[in-house]
Amino acid sequence: MQEHDMSWVRTEMALAEAPPRTEAGAGAWIRKNLFATPVDAILTIFSALVVAWFLPQILNWSLFNAVWTGADRTACLTVDQGGSLPSGWSGACWAFVNAKFGQFMFGRYPIDERWRVILTAVIFVALLAPLLIPRVPYKRLNAILFFAVFPFIAYFLLVGGFFGLPYIETSLWGGLLVTLVISYVGIVVSLPLGIILALGRRSKMPIIKLICVIFIETVRGVPLVTVLFMASFMLPLFVPPGMTFDKFLRALVGVALFASAYMAEVVRGGLQAIPKGQYEGADSLGLGYWQKMGLIVMPQALKLVIPGIVNTFIGMFKDTTLVLIISMFDLLGIVKQHLSDANWATPQTAKSGLVFAAIVFWLFCFGMSRYSIYMERRLDTGHRR
Amino acid sequence: MKHTIAAILGIAALGFAASAASADTLDDVKAKGFIQCGVNTGLAGFSAPDDKGEWTGLDVDFCRAVAAAVFGDGSKVKFTPLSAKDRFTALQSGEIDILSRNTTWTVNRDTALGLNFAGVTYFDGQGFMINAAKLPGVNSALQLSGASVCVQAGTTTELNLADYFKANNLEYNPVVFEKIEEVNAAYDSGRCDAYTTDQSGLYAIRLTLASPADHVVLPEIISKEPLGPAVRQGDDKWFDIVKWTYFALLNAEELGITKANVEEMKNSANPEIKRILGTEAETKIGTDLGLANDWVVNIVKTTGNYGEIFENNVGAGSPLKISRGINALWTKGGLQYGMPIR
Repeated sequence: MQEHDMSWVRTEMALAEAPPRTEAGAGAWIRKNLFATPVDAILTIFSALVVAWFLPQILNWSLFNAVWTGADRTACLTVDQGGSLPSGWSGACWAFVNAKFGQFMFGRYPIDERWRVILTAVIFVALLAPLLIPRVPYKRLNAILFFAVFPFIAYFLLVGGFFGLPYIETSLWGGLLVTLVISYVGIVVSLPLGIILALGRRSKMPIIKLICVIFIETVRGVPLVTVLFMASFMLPLFVPPGMTFDKFLRALVGVALFASAYMAEVVRGGLQAIPKGQYEGADSLGLGYWQKMGLIVMPQALKLVIPGIVNTFIGMFKDTTLVLIISMFDLLGIVKQHLSDANWATPQTAKSGLVFAAIVFWLFCFGMSRYSIYMERRLDTGHRR
Repeated sequence: MKHTIAAILGIAALGFAASAASADTLDDVKAKGFIQCGVNTGLAGFSAPDDKGEWTGLDVDFCRAVAAAVFGDGSKVKFTPLSAKDRFTALQSGEIDILSRNTTWTVNRDTALGLNFAGVTYFDGQGFMINAAKLPGVNSALQLSGASVCVQAGTTTELNLADYFKANNLEYNPVVFEKIEEVNAAYDSGRCDAYTTDQSGLYAIRLTLASPADHVVLPEIISKEPLGPAVRQGDDKWFDIVKWTYFALLNAEELGITKANVEEMKNSANPEIKRILGTEAETKIGTDLGLANDWVVNIVKTTGNYGEIFENNVGAGSPLKISRGINALWTKGGLQYGMPIR
């Protein structure tokens, strides 16, 4: 047999043909994704109409027609209402938000002392940012600084009372400051406490198990509003006069315990998803309880429940608005409070203030959510599809 | 239901009030160096924060006046914003020394809740607002037969409305909403012909309407809402101070003593003015109250007289532009009557 029987042998790979014109480019993408079927086409056209209808209105209201600066309500009033804007004008009164911005951020925290809050925020970001970026080294040191040292720095700076820093009562705190402090404390307390409670609930030791079950079920069985109200207004009636607990501290404790109970159940869900073989494997290696949990079970369980944990965090972040009922003013509370300022009462004030609060809340919650998705992808080593 | 809970809270609180609040508020206040005053969390013209976070308003100024009477310095007062639910427990537990939070003086509060009302700093009452552009010629609530009326659900306002229309044999359609914001929006969009709530509230709401000039507050007042500062029962000395601060504000207005002229007035030969400003020889009016004899001078220097407080916060000097109406002095056809200081 001859080896070279074939008349022609191709020596290089054939170049890929360009896809058919109907399958490439923007036109194809639009056809495939927007107009694949008649139903899709109808939905696309309908959605486009909705966007075309609302988007200009939203942009006009929030940007093009908005009033950005002004000293009082007359800046946001039309001619008929006693101001100078053309009649029929409708736009956001960002001048209100502008004038009240300091209040929305710091509440009644004394203006001369606001640098303390800003410094605390700078330290917070400086410690948090490297902790969130996986590439940055010294994670352990960073975590210790953020979770163990930072609270003391923050307390020292925000409350004061030592080393020449004037003492600032927590009743003066407000706005975003309160929202963030409650959320930070809630998150920092609830995750470790939740893990411990979840482990306790699955423990084989009956007393520990009972204590954890009672705690979790009691706290989850009572509305947060009730706990805050009791702690804030009934407690002072039952303790001797002169003995007062700070109202803000009471709110912090309430929120932290609440978040812990919910967190415990989220973590327990993760623990139950770990196959029995993992526990047995750890046992057969001769690992003790804490080694087993710390090295084998928890890393897998926590990874599974990242969405649940972040969900709890986001829920708690928004629950901070409930402190309004004990007359503490978080961001939403202080915005609402300033709506009652007659010097700024206009038809647009309430909308502008509430939209501003919504944007700030959305930014924080969306940030948390995106980071959790990023973390999930990064840690999803075993089950990637 | 609401009342039952309030009563239970009140009774529970009363039991502890004796232990929680010491009997002599004046000594307590002097010892701590400031007055703790409970105010509304936000009510236009009565207690609202300005751009710097300072409290302003009629209720707020009253507390400053008491601070001026006690300390000679109107800044020695701290404010606790309180919701309607927690205002009474805050007073009973001793967390605050005065409740100056647009609170209606009723017998239940005076007795079962253990409060003492020092006076009426603002005579309010439920009224009606209509869009005059839509309803030309209507200038009395009695012409509102067949009208749809926007009202907030579950309030005494709703009951008063029903009573008023029934008593006058008028038809009406209540348009009821749970939240005050919804009521405002419905009224502004023309869902109803009339809006009813307390008159002071109507003026505040009018500021947020699209065309405020078209809307008129009708003259009828269909309920009595005397709003005033309250203190705990069982401390007459403190009660007297708060009460006479209120009367002093009224008498100062009646005698024409203002923030601007109070220093000149000290040289006045008018015996009444001399008596009230403590310039009379061997006067004991201030010291009998447990205060300095120039207490009224301090009050008027801080907040001005009652008329000035009214005009600055809710009257012509404010965006609300509420007319004095029944809150004018008795000499001008109103109900404000300061008991004589002598």
